[in-house]
Amino acid sequence: MNAILLLIALATLGTAIVAMSGRNLLHSVLLLAVSWSGVAAFYLWAGAQFVAFAQVLVYLGAISMVVLFAVLLTRRAREDFGAPHNLTTRSRFAVAAGAAVAAVLLWAVSRSPLAGSKGPAPTVTVRDLGRQLLGQHAAALLVIGVLLTLALIGAVVLAAVDSPDFPEDAP
Amino acid sequence: MKTTSSLLENAPVLLRDWATAFLPARARWFADSLIDIVAILAVFGLLFAFLTLAERKILGRVQNRPGPNRAGWFGLLQPFADGIKMLTKEDVVPAAADQVLHFLAPVVLLAFSILTFAVIPYGRNLVPLDLDAAVVFFFAASSSTELAVFMAGWASHNKYSLFAAMRALAQLVSYELPLLLSVVPVALATGTLSTTGIVAAQAGWKWGLVPRWLVFTPWGAAAFAVFMVSALAESNRSPFDLPEAESELIAGHLTEYSGFKYALFFMAEYFGMCALSGMAVTLFLGGWQAPLPALEFIPSYAWFAVKLLALLSGFIWIRATLPRLRIDQLTRLAWKLLVPLALVNLVTAGFWELSAGWQGAHQPLRWAVAIVLVAGPALLLGRSLGSGIGPRTYRYA
Repeated sequence: MNAILLLIALATLGTAIVAMSGRNLLHSVLLLAVSWSGVAAFYLWAGAQFVAFAQVLVYLGAISMVVLFAVLLTRRAREDFGAPHNLTTRSRFAVAAGAAVAAVLLWAVSRSPLAGSKGPAPTVTVRDLGRQLLGQHAAALLVIGVLLTLALIGAVVLAAVDSPDFPEDAP
Repeated sequence: MKTTSSLLENAPVLLRDWATAFLPARARWFADSLIDIVAILAVFGLLFAFLTLAERKILGRVQNRPGPNRAGWFGLLQPFADGIKMLTKEDVVPAAADQVLHFLAPVVLLAFSILTFAVIPYGRNLVPLDLDAAVVFFFAASSSTELAVFMAGWASHNKYSLFAAMRALAQLVSYELPLLLSVVPVALATGTLSTTGIVAAQAGWKWGLVPRWLVFTPWGAAAFAVFMVSALAESNRSPFDLPEAESELIAGHLTEYSGFKYALFFMAEYFGMCALSGMAVTLFLGGWQAPLPALEFIPSYAWFAVKLLALLSGFIWIRATLPRLRIDQLTRLAWKLLVPLALVNLVTAGFWELSAGWQGAHQPLRWAVAIVLVAGPALLLGRSLGSGIGPRTYRYA
């Protein structure tokens, strides 16, 4: 069982690392899609079917499309698909943002009371999951919805900024 | 639920069990799954082959010509002749293409479309993979095919392919929303996301005559209509076949594909059409349930096949009848008509479920309110969609 987990982890992290270090943006996006399906495979391994399928539906079906559209609509020529020029500043900010997110997640995980891993895994049906999400955790669900909407608007704002490289793109 | 014990009804499962009975438990599970996979591939592979023939025959008859009739009796060997032609054709890959992605695109597309067959119940006890979240699995697999369309368009290193891929993606993304939204009320009404559960919820007959299929409720009929229109678009079928309009858009993102890879794309398209029709049968047409109690002696898988073939002929009929939509008309139809209708339909389904206890004189009232909720927005939105656009005047330069 642990060999499978190791394999999934290697595939997920390996493709993510290659995606981040690659110079071809499109290849990076497609590799990220593989990495996301690795996360889905992990959920399947952990017995969370619904979450796994939702991960594939949302990440492979929707988010990869959003990323691809963003890349294609903001680049002009095929030669542009390489990495941008000011790589060092960007990577510094990227690492800082990533570390901040990781810190928040680690803090939250270390704070939450987790049941011990002894004993059989509980079987949760989609029905139970739905009742939990729309009953006890309805507020959290709504907050996530608002957050995603904000992210969408933010993405539109980011993409709409006219860059000095292409003055003819300005409205 | 009454279980029929006729030999014909249980024949597929009995046959499989008989074939693998001598194996130990672990190997048996593996062999059973393998037999399921081979059966699905064989049945739907042959269905694909003869569906192409049926399509060409029916299109031919609609256009007042005989269609293929040279290879074998009634043209029955035509699909195999086509297959040999496709296999022996030269496989041309553009020199500047992204070789790996160009190769992977048809493979990924076909793999994901075959995955969708895993959760459809083909008959009583005939579901390859009985998942609790089967509907989510189905749509997760079918939405992943969009990635392959993009890979095909981008890897070809041809700007027309890329344009076409973006156009195809805009279409697929637009129609995925009404497709998913039309399925939500089904989950609402049946209280489950498992395909076997949804079929079981549609068992039985009202007054021993009218089957309790979801399509016979007002919201079910509306959801079925939205689902089928979206399914037409999701499987790139006419009148939404912009992604590979052979005659004017040079086959879209498939421009740089030839030979067997091209055939694989079409195989995936027909598989997607079959899978979506199978899902429509499962969700709205009662799955493998017989339409009348007296007809239950016919095996369940035969009923599923009849319904599936009826929907597929509908697809072909529509292709023969309707002209192709332009991309702006196509996206407008999705966002301004189908998405609002699917959202309103959610309210209708909620009303229908809340008023399930109404008796006597309230029963016609329930139907009236539900029908107004379904037809009103459809009429209003449909009228506003066409206002100010037609009739077009053509000027010749």
